[in-house]
Amino acid sequence: MKISEAFEKAPLLIVYICAGDPTPAATPQLVRRLAAAGADIIELGLPHSDPIADGPTIQAAAQRAIAAGMNTDVYFQAAAQADVPVPKVFMGYYNMVYARGLDRFAQDCARAGITGMIVPDLPPEEAGPLHKACVSSGVDLIFLAAPNTPAERLKMIEESTSGFLYLVARTGVTGARSDLLQSTHELIARVPGNKPKAVGFGISTPAQAAEVIAAGADGVIVGSVCVDLIARGEIERLEQLIREMKGAIKAVRGKGTIAS
Amino acid sequence: MQTQTSDTFAVKFGRYGGLFVPETLVTPLVQLADAYQRLMKSDDFKEELKQAMKNFAGRPTPLYHAKNLSRKLGRRVYLKREDLMHGGAHKLNNTLGQALIAKRMGKTRLIAETGAGQHGVATAIVGANLGFETQIYMGEVDIERQKMNVYRMQLMGAQVIPVRSGSRTLKDAINEAMRDWASSFDHTHYLLGTAAGAHPFPSMVRDFQSVIGREARRQIMQAEGRLPDSITACVGGGSNAMGIFAPFLEDREVRLLAVEAGGRGTGKTDKIADHGASLGLGTDGILHGALTKILQDPYGQILESYSVAAGLDYPGVGPELAYLAEKGRVLTKIADDKTAMNGFHALSKLEGIIPALESAHAVGYALEEPQALGDLAVINISGRGDKDLATVMDYENI
Repeated sequence: MKISEAFEKAPLLIVYICAGDPTPAATPQLVRRLAAAGADIIELGLPHSDPIADGPTIQAAAQRAIAAGMNTDVYFQAAAQADVPVPKVFMGYYNMVYARGLDRFAQDCARAGITGMIVPDLPPEEAGPLHKACVSSGVDLIFLAAPNTPAERLKMIEESTSGFLYLVARTGVTGARSDLLQSTHELIARVPGNKPKAVGFGISTPAQAAEVIAAGADGVIVGSVCVDLIARGEIERLEQLIREMKGAIKAVRGKGTIAS
Repeated sequence: MQTQTSDTFAVKFGRYGGLFVPETLVTPLVQLADAYQRLMKSDDFKEELKQAMKNFAGRPTPLYHAKNLSRKLGRRVYLKREDLMHGGAHKLNNTLGQALIAKRMGKTRLIAETGAGQHGVATAIVGANLGFETQIYMGEVDIERQKMNVYRMQLMGAQVIPVRSGSRTLKDAINEAMRDWASSFDHTHYLLGTAAGAHPFPSMVRDFQSVIGREARRQIMQAEGRLPDSITACVGGGSNAMGIFAPFLEDREVRLLAVEAGGRGTGKTDKIADHGASLGLGTDGILHGALTKILQDPYGQILESYSVAAGLDYPGVGPELAYLAEKGRVLTKIADDKTAMNGFHALSKLEGIIPALESAHAVGYALEEPQALGDLAVINISGRGDKDLATVMDYENI
């Protein structure tokens, strides 16, 4: 499913998991359960040995997944098997994409039903070749903006992204936090343009999710809290959390159309 | 020889280099690049750096005609004595330059990674001297093998933070420093120690280190009235090599020999390369913000490198060296642990100079392939070997 179609039913709950954690075999069924519980988009992380944008929770998950045999070939098999009625999005570091070849990677995404790519260490200025590969395979290339992104650059990133704009809620790395910062609100408010925007990094509770949507975001991205629950084997609690978060964001803004 | 193709965003060396980092780090790097460009044109800044280099760091370092080594190798060999610099290695050239930039940018805290501890020590020196709060990320494995340098850093008021992620060595220390900087950039400067990583580090570190090559050029002209036939330097990330090579790039008649760590051998397993020879044996990939030559598996996972010299134990290399090696301007050579040990002992006995194990790779290579050096050779002794005595004794079961 295309990401733009999903955003017609904003606000959306976007759920990140690390593919292959705890095992590659468990990943397809886990994706199905997340979608059934209410995840509107699944971000499927490809583990990397050197995840510089990630905090301890996702670092540990990546190490477990690699040790359990996850690699790029296995990743695409698992992604293809995870047949869900919501968009699947790749998230991973540029070297993993580069090593496979940009065209081949984008084609493999399309074949596995992945309709978007998030590459956190690839700024738009360096993304020309991958952007070309994504266009020819019909895959969205999603860029990130951060609280310290200056206005002119924010405009450029908004214009470059496709699918949605990923707003990094705070500086620093991924990981659950209990508060939201003023700078998150300011970032949401100062994004120009009309593309959907989703906020991630440090969001772990239904209250935070609701706050982000109330501030004007079209989607909320949760990662580390989900990865943590998976690590503890508490899948039912994760499903419960997804239902609660979904309820919280829908309560803020009902089943309306895309915010403008 | 023009090696840089600059677009407005990030300097490239051919296809190598660039700025591949999370968005949060883009703006701090762009601001650093701007400050660096501006200050390198400031007479006031240049004078401040020059004075610090002379009166605090002890420059210029000698270019020493090593008569006994020359006799053994049957040619005239000069040693560039970076081991005599304050701190015991070339690292202070870079940390002084960057710390003075950080000061002018209004930063109050320095963070750095370190492998062997030499860059950590050089950062601790400037931290103490210029009044920064200083924190050094160091892999647990390296902390264990470089206890003396850990204590040196602490003596000068730096805090050493053990890194327990990944392989717990230099590459992971860089990862942790980047993660720290992603939330601390407002008041903190990340003082990267080698000519690698994202723009502007490869250019900036090269420029601060190229004082080595500028001096060597002047000194060899004074002593011999001509340029050398070759310059030999060890390569981990490449800061001492780029430092001495850079002022000779246009002189095609000077052979530039980059000696990488061959470790225990040049084979590799699934997760571990038994060497640190990214330039000679690596493939194109992205590590720590730059496209360069790296050691990786077919899927793009970074391999753990190995060398007896902690400062060469890195699975990447500076992007400009990757470019120069591909162009054939820099010739890539490999010296394994044994060759380095041989160089370590030979220079100690022949000249009364105990080189760092890193520099000993360059010496060991010269002993094995003297004909590659030509008639007049310069070898860069990037640091002194006092820090390595425990490692050598352990290696030789003394």
